[in-house]
Amino acid sequence: MQIDAQLQRKLIGEVARCVIDHAEELTALDQAVGDGDHGINMKRGFEAVLGDLDKTSALPMPEALKAVGMALVMKVGGASGPLYGTLFIALGKAFPESPTRAALAEAFSAAVEAVKTRGKSDVRMKTMLDVLVPVLETLRRSGGDVYTELRATAQAAAAATVPMQAVRGRASFLGARSVGHMDPGARSSWLMVETVADVLEGKQPMTSTDKNQVISR
Amino acid sequence: MTSDKPRMNAGNVGIVIVSHSPDVARGAADMVRQMVGDVVPLAWCGGAPGGGLGTNVEAIVAAIDRAWSDAGVAILVDLGGAETNSEMAVELLSEDRRDRVVICDAPVVEGAVMAGTEASAGSTLDQVRRTAEELRAR
Repeated sequence: MQIDAQLQRKLIGEVARCVIDHAEELTALDQAVGDGDHGINMKRGFEAVLGDLDKTSALPMPEALKAVGMALVMKVGGASGPLYGTLFIALGKAFPESPTRAALAEAFSAAVEAVKTRGKSDVRMKTMLDVLVPVLETLRRSGGDVYTELRATAQAAAAATVPMQAVRGRASFLGARSVGHMDPGARSSWLMVETVADVLEGKQPMTSTDKNQVISR
Repeated sequence: MTSDKPRMNAGNVGIVIVSHSPDVARGAADMVRQMVGDVVPLAWCGGAPGGGLGTNVEAIVAAIDRAWSDAGVAILVDLGGAETNSEMAVELLSEDRRDRVVICDAPVVEGAVMAGTEASAGSTLDQVRRTAEELRAR
């Protein structure tokens, strides 16, 4: 796969715009299981990413990813800042010189491990990892239409967080009451995976108006 | 939102209070200050970058710097994001400082008061942390 400067700009810009477009939905999900700030925090972080887009588009991909991660660390204001920040920074550090799918999967694996360490968390705890880990597995295994499979995996994995009980983060305060709602971090991860798949496949990313809203309150 | 003038007391462990709310952080710091006076380096920060409830990595780094003591710094946090952002802030410190900062697993107000009192007696960073963590729930 070739990622030229134009595609790189589109990837970063569309991921940022998609998260910003869904800020209200993310906040609504977080009001159900957390403290209701995921949307506004992610919006603040990704607006900073959009503001830096001219600069980050001109950087080599590894440096651009690190800059995106650092912007999230500094601007988000909640736990999702260091968590997503770490994902992007670690992905940048591990980003391969020739981004074949296998090499990208290994880089993504390093990034997911870094998120586990940062959040002292793993799968089945109702977090973003419940989307990122299955997505990594699909990226490693997929033998067919990888973009379709990635979208389907992310969607199913996010949906699978609905019946889970949170044991990390503020949602864990709710105990059994966190059951029955999609985890907002799983939703934001799903959105990012979907957008990356759409852009890489050459589709126009969908806007918030034509995506299914998944609030389950 | 942040506080505090630098103070000349590098001997005792410093205390940093990180809350989602600047009002909570400032109030907790006032309580510590009333208990221990000026003998403990103390700084607080609260609020997201640009305002609103949340915590701010850059502000936490700056607060650690203001409360810096060669004996180390104990950080008290309120909720999950404050802890994660504080861990991130510690990683951004220079290597020689990183190992002398701990994040206490303790309630922010009571923990800050206990940690401050312990620090005022000239205790080590580890003692300060253990005293604060005696308050841990469960």
